[in-house]
Amino acid sequence: MNLNDWIKNNTIHHSRFWDIKKLVEEKERQGLKISLCLPTLNEEKTIGKEIVMFKSELMDRYPLLDEIAVIDSGSSDKTCEIAATFGADVHLSADILPQYGEKKGKGENLWKAVYELTGDIIVYVDADIKNIHPRFAYGLLAPLIYRPEVHYVKAFYDRPLAFSQGVRPSGGGRVTEILVRPLFSLFFPDLTGLIQPLSGEYAVRREVLEKLPFPIGYGVETSHLIDVYEKWGMEAIAQVDLDQRVHRNQETRDLGKMAFGILRAFLFRAEALGVIGELPDLSTFLRQFQANNESFEQVAFEIVEEERQPMIELPEYREKFGIKQ
Amino acid sequence: MDTQFKTINEIMALLPELQEGAAGMQETLIANLIMLSEIPAPTFEEKDRIKLLLQRMLECGLQNVSTDEAGNGVGIIPGTDPARNILLVAHADSVYSGKADHTISVLADEIIGPGVADNSLGVAVLATLPNLLEALGIQLNSNLVLLGSTKGLGSGNLDGLKFFMDHNRLPFDAGICIEGAQLGRLSYTAVGMFRGSIDCRLPEELEWQRVGESSAIIALNDVINRILEIPVPRRPKTSIVLGAIRGGKSFNIMATQSSLRFEVRSEGSEIVQQIRVCIEDIVADIASKYNAEISFKIVSSREPGGIDIGHPLVKSCRQVMEHLDLKPRILPSMSEVSELIGRGLPAVTLGITEVSNLHDLDETIRIQPIYKGLAQLFAVLLAIDGGFCNEPE
Repeated sequence: MNLNDWIKNNTIHHSRFWDIKKLVEEKERQGLKISLCLPTLNEEKTIGKEIVMFKSELMDRYPLLDEIAVIDSGSSDKTCEIAATFGADVHLSADILPQYGEKKGKGENLWKAVYELTGDIIVYVDADIKNIHPRFAYGLLAPLIYRPEVHYVKAFYDRPLAFSQGVRPSGGGRVTEILVRPLFSLFFPDLTGLIQPLSGEYAVRREVLEKLPFPIGYGVETSHLIDVYEKWGMEAIAQVDLDQRVHRNQETRDLGKMAFGILRAFLFRAEALGVIGELPDLSTFLRQFQANNESFEQVAFEIVEEERQPMIELPEYREKFGIKQ
Repeated sequence: MDTQFKTINEIMALLPELQEGAAGMQETLIANLIMLSEIPAPTFEEKDRIKLLLQRMLECGLQNVSTDEAGNGVGIIPGTDPARNILLVAHADSVYSGKADHTISVLADEIIGPGVADNSLGVAVLATLPNLLEALGIQLNSNLVLLGSTKGLGSGNLDGLKFFMDHNRLPFDAGICIEGAQLGRLSYTAVGMFRGSIDCRLPEELEWQRVGESSAIIALNDVINRILEIPVPRRPKTSIVLGAIRGGKSFNIMATQSSLRFEVRSEGSEIVQQIRVCIEDIVADIASKYNAEISFKIVSSREPGGIDIGHPLVKSCRQVMEHLDLKPRILPSMSEVSELIGRGLPAVTLGITEVSNLHDLDETIRIQPIYKGLAQLFAVLLAIDGGFCNEPE
């Protein structure tokens, strides 16, 4: 497959899918069930608005979503209370599959959602989006509903302000451009076709999700893309331009932790797939500096990028969804 | 819901049901509120907000959805009797600049953001009303004309509503103006008012030796002193508010320009007129004294008027409020209702919820009282529709 063709055919602007009524008709024709998953940890400022918007526009007005669920990692603020007020199903991550223990991280919530939610398609949307709009869900769902060969749809955000010439730089955030894109360029050149591989919004078919291992931390998006690419090829992936996304900005130091987690997850995938040789034992500590008066001292953060096995390997999951051994 | 009533008390008995029905549509109303609020709509720039309002009305299946030369947005919910019409108005413009961050936050019991109360909530009620009436099973006899009006605030001078009333051909039985703030508000009288600005300019080439003798600030100061000397009667109740002054550049630079914005309001229209003439005289006098160019412009004005407290529309509103344990707060108004009353249409302004930080960037509305506010609106609509608000022939 030619990467330029893929970029041309599988990169779509959300405005192509403005006709939600038609989308719902097609969804109903196929008898699909769709779940929206909002993974949360202390998002009281933005969660209410997201739920109100999705419920009103994509459940009450146009029945595109069958389920809106919050999977919470134990928020200490009012996230869960607000979410329940506006009619979302609120699940504590720790209460789902408790026999498998509780691990901390967004990937953990996404993984548990595969068991808890019942849709044939799950659309994941981060809960920290300030300018929430129904397109964040229907834009990602539409390619899956209209194109059977597409299994995994990723969001990207690109809204040029004033730009006089035709060419302008585009791409992802700092971690994407400094870490992930160089890594993909070296080891998985096709995946460089994704404009923002780390965006937290994507829609995926269940038959794909249940077969993916889930790193529980920062590496989940990168790892997913590599696995989907290896198992189903680039044809199964599409990306949708959702225009602007307004969210809080992260400090460079926090991005360092994120990069560390992603790098670990990447290396493990690459090793497992035989793309690189055998890895030595890798440290789980990221070391950063701080200055204490005149002296410099190191601060070590432990970032364990554990992995959850594919959901389909769990007997509880196979029983719930009636999957034979 | 059966909407034929023998007495107004039958409507009062429905209030709990109306309130519950409104609460059932919470997400639709709030989603509309968010989307409308997040589109900036300073006066004269309401176009995009009106566009969304019309789109929402179309999505509800309303047939007569249109805009006019003044940019107003209008939709009609058809009734069973084509001869009868009730007008519902919410001004679509807000006091916030388009540059302000219009992001809205939704908490469990509050919604926060610029303009949520004044008047995104009013417009959101218009946008959601077709869904609300459908959910409640309310079919009115009268056509319900939903108007999102433009150019309402400040120097907009209610121009949108005026244009609509000048060119509309439907005869209205009554009008209700919807404002987010405050629940319990009841306005059915208008005070006479004008808002003016006085701009003072002095020639640039003043010599430094003359510093202190003359400057645009000193000239304006004289104007202000003279305005304060104007005798203001206690009855009819009258006031002059000096709202804002601007002028000059820095500590030591002779001011060559200055301006004053002020408002005169009175329950008597003659008084308003007299004060206006006084100010014109003062301006002319000071201008000649300082050899300055002083202009006096009227930015907007209203005629005083109102319907009587005993008018059946006002009585019905009070009765509804009392049944909802709301204490009516009767305020004379200078907003949309004054224009309707001035044209002889019985009209009131109703508020929808409890509001704090009005006109700040963190303007806040409380969610729970909204349902009471809506129940109030439905009940008044039913009362008008049932003929309980007509003046005896």
